[in-house]
Amino acid sequence: MQSTNFLTEVGLNHYLILSALLFVTGMTGVLLKRNIIVMLMSIELMLNAVNISFVAFSKYLNNVDGQIMVFFVMTIAAAEAAVGLAIAVTIFKRFKEINIKFFEHLRG
Amino acid sequence: MDHSLLMAILLLSPLVGFLINGIRYKNPTANLSGGIATAAVAISFISSLILVADLIGMPAEARKIHVSFFQWMAVDSFKINAAFYIDQISAIMILVITGVGSLIHLFSIGYMHHDKGVTKYFAYLNLFVFNMLILVLGDSLLTMFVGWEGVGLCSYLLIGFWFSDKEKAAAGMKAFITNRVGDAAFLLGMFVLFATFGTLNIQEMNALAPTTAEASWLGAITLGTLFLFIGATGKSAQIPLYVWLPDAMAGPTPVSALIHAATMVTAGVYMIVRLNPLFIVAPNTMMVIAIIGALTAVFAASIGITQWDIKKVLAYSTVSQLGYMFLAVGVGAFGAGMFHLMTHAFFKALMFLGSGSVIHAMHEEQDIRKMGGLKKYMPITHMTFFFGWVAIIGIPPFAGFFSKDEILWMSFHSPLGSPALWVLGAIGAAMTAFYMTRLMCLTFWGKSRVPKSVHPHESPTLMTIPLIVLGILSVVGGWVGIPEVIGHSLGDIPNLLEHWLHPVIKPIPNLTEAEHSMEWMLMGVSVSLATISAFIAYHFYVKSPETPEKIANSIKPLYNLISKKYLVDELYFGTIINPLINGSKRLWMFIDVNFIDKITYVISDLVRGGGGVVRALQTGNLQQYAMLIGIGIVIALSIIIMR
Repeated sequence: MQSTNFLTEVGLNHYLILSALLFVTGMTGVLLKRNIIVMLMSIELMLNAVNISFVAFSKYLNNVDGQIMVFFVMTIAAAEAAVGLAIAVTIFKRFKEINIKFFEHLRG
Repeated sequence: MDHSLLMAILLLSPLVGFLINGIRYKNPTANLSGGIATAAVAISFISSLILVADLIGMPAEARKIHVSFFQWMAVDSFKINAAFYIDQISAIMILVITGVGSLIHLFSIGYMHHDKGVTKYFAYLNLFVFNMLILVLGDSLLTMFVGWEGVGLCSYLLIGFWFSDKEKAAAGMKAFITNRVGDAAFLLGMFVLFATFGTLNIQEMNALAPTTAEASWLGAITLGTLFLFIGATGKSAQIPLYVWLPDAMAGPTPVSALIHAATMVTAGVYMIVRLNPLFIVAPNTMMVIAIIGALTAVFAASIGITQWDIKKVLAYSTVSQLGYMFLAVGVGAFGAGMFHLMTHAFFKALMFLGSGSVIHAMHEEQDIRKMGGLKKYMPITHMTFFFGWVAIIGIPPFAGFFSKDEILWMSFHSPLGSPALWVLGAIGAAMTAFYMTRLMCLTFWGKSRVPKSVHPHESPTLMTIPLIVLGILSVVGGWVGIPEVIGHSLGDIPNLLEHWLHPVIKPIPNLTEAEHSMEWMLMGVSVSLATISAFIAYHFYVKSPETPEKIANSIKPLYNLISKKYLVDELYFGTIINPLINGSKRLWMFIDVNFIDKITYVISDLVRGGGGVVRALQTGNLQQYAMLIGIGIVIALSIIIMR
């Protein structure tokens, strides 16, 4: 790790800590919230937390691979949001509510 | 024309006929289907005529047409080609199969005219001819076996042609299963011969056959040929596997004529003749063949005397005549066996077709007790049947006389034969004359016992033409093989058949010069025996119809035993079939239910129970899953970091 002053200069560690915080926030949302929309947003949050660490490492290591990876993650995130929202809409149409407990009806 | 092209036409023409009729099998028009099928076999007949004409044009020692189409299989050094060859022996066979076959196809058009399944019938018939040609022309035992199985299949399909009748369907199955027993032995024979010679090619095996006879019972050639002979007893209905042939009469009558009299059932004899260099060096096998043949000839003839069904009489007659052919090949007289095969094909096909004509006229009645006096209603059928009758009982100069007499003479004269075999053969000949005369009397002569509701009539021209042609052949067919002793005294008429077959038939070792006086005497004895028993039968069944009943009553136990076919079917059921079925049932009830089924049930219960346990984890609660994933990642990461 570079020998920089943690309080005065923004370095890799700041990004990683931000990323970890965002990830944990997202995970908490996924695990605890009952509203599907909020859960989907939390998943976005987790994905973007990962994106932050990708970009940070990419910059720090002078390697564009991480940034390319971000594009993939964003694509996946968009697709996942589309599918997730479609299911959410279907659930809503059927039960007039978008509580996660209705997903239990999908159980075989 | 090119030989391979001709051979292809010969073989494929019936197959094409089968495919055409097979595709349009629901078509009900007999004329069209029958026309196609008959044309297909007639084309084969023409090409075989051309091929045999070419064969005759060649020098005697080099008479052979060999055509190889493609390699069928190759495993290491074991190579089998789809190759076929015509030599002097198979030439006779293809002429008989396609010639008599065309006539029977023609007859079938009339006979099956009102049947709904007529197109299917002709398709099967064509398929049979195709398989039969493969059988006789194949250049290796394996190719022959393909045809051997194929004709078995067609026989099964045609015996059970009216399968909605349970008894007829069962007759088909009986034929098929009995043949399987023989076929298993045929396979074993092939294995033994392949292990010995390293090839299944018939010509190569014949060339490799040793020149000295094999004395041991367990020698490779003796074993191999014995197994092949057991195969032949299945296909050619000899003791102990003859039981299927009388039941096979459940099929349409022209089928009985083609398959169960003229061609398929003679396949066993043909196989032995084609492999004669092998059989001649296995004297023990030859002895078994001769004894089985002679016994079958007498045994089946005696059953024939007591039967009342016109087709059953002819069926036992066929078994008996096949016995003569085996007697012939068993004493080394392969030429005489082939000769009798040919003449038998003529007169027995004729008589079966004649019986078909009678059954047709009598509205499906087969019981000869309800016939009689048909001569005046059916003059052509009667006339042709008459020729068949004189041919089979061996009255000179009709076809059967020459062939049967040569067999009887050889069974006496050959070093492989014995006077005992001659006696059996002569008794069989007398019985043959008796039951055939009985059949003639009860069917065509004497007083009419036809029920008032039935009005017999002569069959249409389509059916009488084949009868007439076969009738002529039954008269002249024997003239190609006039024995030397008669030919000589009539002014040097050559024995054409013997000269023809000479290059491909191994001579009997140690055959002495024939004593002509002895030959004349035996001939006189057998002919007079046949004539006397024919007269007795005529006297019994036309002059005093009550006599046979009296005699039957005076020897009631014996008569009952014979008329119940010596209870052989019951014996087989009692000793083999029922114990097998009961044993299998016990195995099923005990081993299957208690062990095999139990084991599989336990395994499936275990899997289902285990699945139930794991299933409880799948709650459907998404957040729980996510939680578990999270915990899993934490654990995995900690393990990686801690290491």
